[in-house]
Amino acid sequence: MQTSILAADTLIQANAVDYLLIAIYFAFVLGIGFLASRGMSNSVDFFLSGRSLPAWVTGLAFISANLGAVEIMGMSATGAQLGLPTVHYFWIGAIPAMLFLGVVMMPFYYGSKVRSVPEFMKRRFGTGAHLVNALSFATAQLLIAGINLYLLGSIVHALLGWPLWVALIVAALIVLSYITLGGLKAAIYNEVLQFFVIVAALLPLTLLGLHRVGGWDGLTSKIEKAAAANPDTIAPAADQLNSWPGAALTGFNSDFLSVVGIVFGLGFVLSFGYWTTNFVEVQRAMAADSISAARKTPIIGAFPKMFVPFITIFPGMIAAVLVTEIARTKAGEAVAGGASGEGVTYNDSLLYLMAEVLPNGLLGLAITGLLAAFMAGMAANVSAFNTVVSFDIIQEYIIKDRPDDFYVKLGRWATVAATAVAIFTAVLASNFSNIMDYLQTLFGFFNAPLFATFILGMFWKRMTATAGWTGLVSGTLAAVLVGILADGTLGGLSVGVLPLSGQGASFVAAGAAFVVDVAVSVVVSLVTTPKPEGSLKGLVYSETPKEDLVDAEDAGRPWFERPVPLAGVALVLVIILNVIF
Amino acid sequence: MSTETNRGFLGTLLSLFDIRNVIGSLLAVYGIILLLMGLFGDPEVDKTGGPNANLWAGVVLLVIGAVFIAWGLLRPVVPDAPGSSKVNEDK
Repeated sequence: MQTSILAADTLIQANAVDYLLIAIYFAFVLGIGFLASRGMSNSVDFFLSGRSLPAWVTGLAFISANLGAVEIMGMSATGAQLGLPTVHYFWIGAIPAMLFLGVVMMPFYYGSKVRSVPEFMKRRFGTGAHLVNALSFATAQLLIAGINLYLLGSIVHALLGWPLWVALIVAALIVLSYITLGGLKAAIYNEVLQFFVIVAALLPLTLLGLHRVGGWDGLTSKIEKAAAANPDTIAPAADQLNSWPGAALTGFNSDFLSVVGIVFGLGFVLSFGYWTTNFVEVQRAMAADSISAARKTPIIGAFPKMFVPFITIFPGMIAAVLVTEIARTKAGEAVAGGASGEGVTYNDSLLYLMAEVLPNGLLGLAITGLLAAFMAGMAANVSAFNTVVSFDIIQEYIIKDRPDDFYVKLGRWATVAATAVAIFTAVLASNFSNIMDYLQTLFGFFNAPLFATFILGMFWKRMTATAGWTGLVSGTLAAVLVGILADGTLGGLSVGVLPLSGQGASFVAAGAAFVVDVAVSVVVSLVTTPKPEGSLKGLVYSETPKEDLVDAEDAGRPWFERPVPLAGVALVLVIILNVIF
Repeated sequence: MSTETNRGFLGTLLSLFDIRNVIGSLLAVYGIILLLMGLFGDPEVDKTGGPNANLWAGVVLLVIGAVFIAWGLLRPVVPDAPGSSKVNEDK
């Protein structure tokens, strides 16, 4: 196995059938863009796909938009390194927040008829908070699109041997053509398609890998053996095979603090901030055909999301015991090779496992799945970016009062511009990969105070416009301050006064951002003038008639078509999963 | 939204464009290719550890693809009257 990889020019050997599978997928993707461009005539169509999609479509798109490069490569890499505690990113760090979004927050988003999350900010808090939110979001999307594009290009390079710059430009052009042609609807259709392809790609990989290591028992005994052989470099097997308390993940010495860090930092602040205010996600639900479908979007998405760890984290864990290169990397050796050609990293786990267990044919399907996921990730960033730029920045502040189709055209140009910038940031990422990591950590900081501001604003009518933006800014600053005081979170910028590193530091930073945001918002609200009563209808809980928040037709539906009972079932399932693992 | 003149055309397009048909046909095409690979290609059992993975994956994909296409055929999408962009299922 090892010689075949070392003798080859590329990490994975694809043959004609594999290329055929990839080509068919691209034909479908471009066909969708072309078809979606028919029957589209106004800005609601282009940006919110006419609010016409059924809940299962938007629900799958909701999790697919997140199932991009960072998730698939990142989660399998963390799985290879740390094992089962990685599931917290799903069962603690995603599901509860998705259910909360569907049950509590979505009625405000959908019911107030806003076209974007920053627009909700504007209606609730006015210009200051709106501008802070819109600008930070748009910038973050460009950078993340660049990271997705870079990973996409580097995998094309590793798999097919194309030069990185060719891979980048080809990938960017394909993403560009299907979004400009079809708008959000094409992006969402492709995300749903991508969901099935990625499952069809990763499920056989997981099953075959598990078969090769001798099932779950074989996997556990091999992990125990590897951990016992290298106690200095590999986390103890007990930590890798049980999700709680997850000390290896947080880096905390105390089990109790580790649990608190995961539940409050990751589970509450970070994940609620991400899932409930990130427009990339919320936009998918806004495209649903009714308030009930919009609420069901994240709730339906929660069911497949629960099982994504089995096809991302498990392959990573399997690769760490089955693939020699990854096992040696885990034991602390520096191994030559890898997708980048600059040494094997945990990020290469999936690719090595694919080369190890998949025959040609399934291999092509797996490559297609990865390419699809990274393109869809980038498309999601770009389509959210063009909505925010067209409506929230340009229409609000720069070129006002033009006819509708002007902004549709503008949206298309924003997409072209975003793609060009993404190529640039992708090149940047290829040269300074560490800097991109830090930038991502930084943008993580923006999410925590956002959630605090939203949730206060939705339930406390006294909260003022000034409190909106001062809370956001001070919360973000608090998070950055913790990042700087911690050890290594922001690289050279971190001074290491606090004995925190890795994920634990992010959790503490998020917690600090939340607490400071709430405190500042409350104090500022008490000394400034609130918005007049009546202007907050549809935006604040106590000011909105109950019947505006629910779908009247829901009452007659069976339980499995109503949002709240569905969410209850999902919550029970996720608790069961936590108990088992 | 659309004018009445192209409503018939739009209807045909919508049924072709129904996401269930798109998913179903892609999965079915993949299923057929993998099935053929499983029947006539090298099963590469040294990699899979025994099973003919292409064959099995092909069969499963073909079945799932067929289910999606059947769903699309049995409960087609009907476009509403012009002026509304809503598309109702199960009419």
